[in-house]
Amino acid sequence: AVNLWIMFFFFLSSQNCLCGKVPVHPLQHCRRYTSLQIKFGGGLGGTILYAKWDPKFRANVEKSVPYSDQLFEMTLGPPPPPFIPMQKKPVKAEPLQISSVSEASKDSKQPKPKSKAKEKQPEPAPVDPKPAVEEAPALPPQTIEAEECHECASHEPAVKERPGEEVAARLAQQDKAEQDCCMFSALSFNLEDTLGFSAKLTLQAIGAQEAALTAIGTHTHRLREAMDSEDPPDKKSAQWRELEDALSERTRAVDQAGQSLLQAKEQLEKLRVVINGAKESKIEAARPQILAAEENLHSMIVDLDKVVTKVQAAQTEAKIVSQYSELVNEAKVQFQKELSSITPEVQANWKGLTGKLSADDLNSLIAHAHRRIDQLNRELAEQRVREQIRIEAALEQQKHEHQRAVDSAVDKAIQHNHEQLRLEQEKKMQEVREVMEAEMRTQLRRQAAAHTDHLRDVLKVQEQELREEAQEALSSKMMEQETQHRRLAQEQLDSFTLDMNSAYARLKGMEEAIDSHVVAEEEARKAHQLWLSVEALNYTLKTAAADAPTEPLEGAVRTIKESCAENEFAQALATALPDESLTRGVYSEASLRARFYGVRRLARRVALIDETRNSLYQYFLSYLQSILLFEKEQEAPPTKLAAQDLDTFKLLAYATYSIERGDLELAAKFVNQLHGESRRVAQDWLKEARLTLETKQVVSLLSAYANAVGLGTTQAP
Amino acid sequence: MSEKELGQKWDRCLADAAIKVGAGLGLGIVFSVVFFKRRTFPIAFGTGTGLGMAYSNCQNDLRSPYLVHSNATKEQ
Repeated sequence: AVNLWIMFFFFLSSQNCLCGKVPVHPLQHCRRYTSLQIKFGGGLGGTILYAKWDPKFRANVEKSVPYSDQLFEMTLGPPPPPFIPMQKKPVKAEPLQISSVSEASKDSKQPKPKSKAKEKQPEPAPVDPKPAVEEAPALPPQTIEAEECHECASHEPAVKERPGEEVAARLAQQDKAEQDCCMFSALSFNLEDTLGFSAKLTLQAIGAQEAALTAIGTHTHRLREAMDSEDPPDKKSAQWRELEDALSERTRAVDQAGQSLLQAKEQLEKLRVVINGAKESKIEAARPQILAAEENLHSMIVDLDKVVTKVQAAQTEAKIVSQYSELVNEAKVQFQKELSSITPEVQANWKGLTGKLSADDLNSLIAHAHRRIDQLNRELAEQRVREQIRIEAALEQQKHEHQRAVDSAVDKAIQHNHEQLRLEQEKKMQEVREVMEAEMRTQLRRQAAAHTDHLRDVLKVQEQELREEAQEALSSKMMEQETQHRRLAQEQLDSFTLDMNSAYARLKGMEEAIDSHVVAEEEARKAHQLWLSVEALNYTLKTAAADAPTEPLEGAVRTIKESCAENEFAQALATALPDESLTRGVYSEASLRARFYGVRRLARRVALIDETRNSLYQYFLSYLQSILLFEKEQEAPPTKLAAQDLDTFKLLAYATYSIERGDLELAAKFVNQLHGESRRVAQDWLKEARLTLETKQVVSLLSAYANAVGLGTTQAP
Repeated sequence: MSEKELGQKWDRCLADAAIKVGAGLGLGIVFSVVFFKRRTFPIAFGTGTGLGMAYSNCQNDLRSPYLVHSNATKEQ
């Protein structure tokens, strides 16, 4: 970078120098801008160069300056790929770690066809040892090696494919994680389940591996014994048998171990899947469980690896021994071949050798063996010569192998440590998280408490305020409503009262009118009655026949009295009637008039008779006077009576005049002025006249009154 | 009827006069016959007495309303 900058500055300075050295030229205008252009170009070039060197700077620039990413892409090419996250590495490393094991180890994460292929491979592997024993020692290592190679070969594709699988698995995990947090119980259950199962299987695998280890150990030991020992053939055969047993045992144990290991690994992978799923689901409460599960997983893997390493070591040793034994067997085979060439009837079977050899076969065999021994001694001498080289080569190989083993062990240990550290870190993180969470929770709780207190206070205050406000509003509204209501009620009441009053007044008016009408009608009726009764009375007055008095007026008067009992005037008048008229009736005017003439004659005849002159002679004289005196029968009475008018004859003349004119009253008045006997004679007539006059007067009064009353009632008020 | 009173009175007078005269006459006659040997004076006398009596009765009868009794004055 420093060099680049130096170059950049040089470039700039050169440009400047170039600018400075150029003399004035017709193209000065373009040269004038040159320095700026050069500076700009230099800056741009420098930026591009630095971006090329430092991708971070490039990223920064791309972020800050728009369209710079296009420029960079044009000039430098596409940006470098982003940094692969760390998380994938241990996942990648562990399967690598696990599957780096040589023998019969399956990788369940590998795609199905490969696993199937793998399945097919261990199947021939256990199948193979069974048919051919001799080939068995050679074949298992071969097959194992083949498997190794296959596995080695398939590591890379497995590794390469794992990202895809990983992503798919991750997606699956994410899908799982997208389910709700009620998955927690399911997850924990699942975890525990798988954990238990995997633990069991791991223990099983470890046990099997250890068994395999022991089996391998015994086998190796036996093999070595068998190789090294120079026992008699029967013992050898026994040894071989034992060796075979041991081998079969070993293979069986190894297969079992391999199977169990496979199962364990499967389960572990499942557990890993579940753990990852649980992790992906991001349920906080499951974290300790996940951590524990991871720890367990890690420990299981570690144990498994240890055991596998042991088995591996044993197997390496066994390989060496087997190689050695291979060589020996080769020699033996060779030997057998030679033997078989010599003794064809003998079966070239290692197991069959122990019991089927005859004596000369044995002799030939021994001879052959001696020859072989000589040959081998020669070879041995040769070998001793090459020993050094071979040892060195072997040592080199050993060193390499050791190095490899060490590397692998170191890697494994590193990875284990790494995993452990990671687990510890996670645990610590979890603890710290828990602590922090607890802390945070307490703080939050405190804050929440404070907040709630504050809120409570504020709410209280607010509540108070609001309540007051509301109360006020309510009260004002209520007041308003009340006043309105009252007003309305009052209005209603007023209107009602008004209506009622008016109605009442009208009613009263009507009642009064009716009453007055009734009264009036009553009055009218009474008046009518009175009038009727008065008319009756009048009529009764008219019933006077000639010289006979009327009917007694008593009935009519009683009727009057009854009909108008409350009319005082009428009552008074009714009572004012003379009793005679009531009881006896009165004479009519006509009868009185008629009677008057008689009375007059008589009165004329006895005109001279009074209390002083009342002898017969006087009678005769008055009679004579009445005959001899001629005067007007009727004489209009003067308005004022003088003394000389008090003469009988005059009076009678006046009375006659009056009575002829219908004025009974005046006539009665005149007759009343008579003296003496004339008076006595006219007394009854006078009385009658008086009665009649009285009655007539009263009746006329009554009728007038009745008429007046009737008129009064019939008139409109 | 007061006007009939006079007539009645006159009727009574006449009747009385008649009776008295008659009676007087009769008595007179009787007396005359009996006592006075047919003299005419008792007849006259009787008749006169009768007549006088009748006259006096009639007069009294006619006067009767004007007569003032002693008890009336006392009452006054």
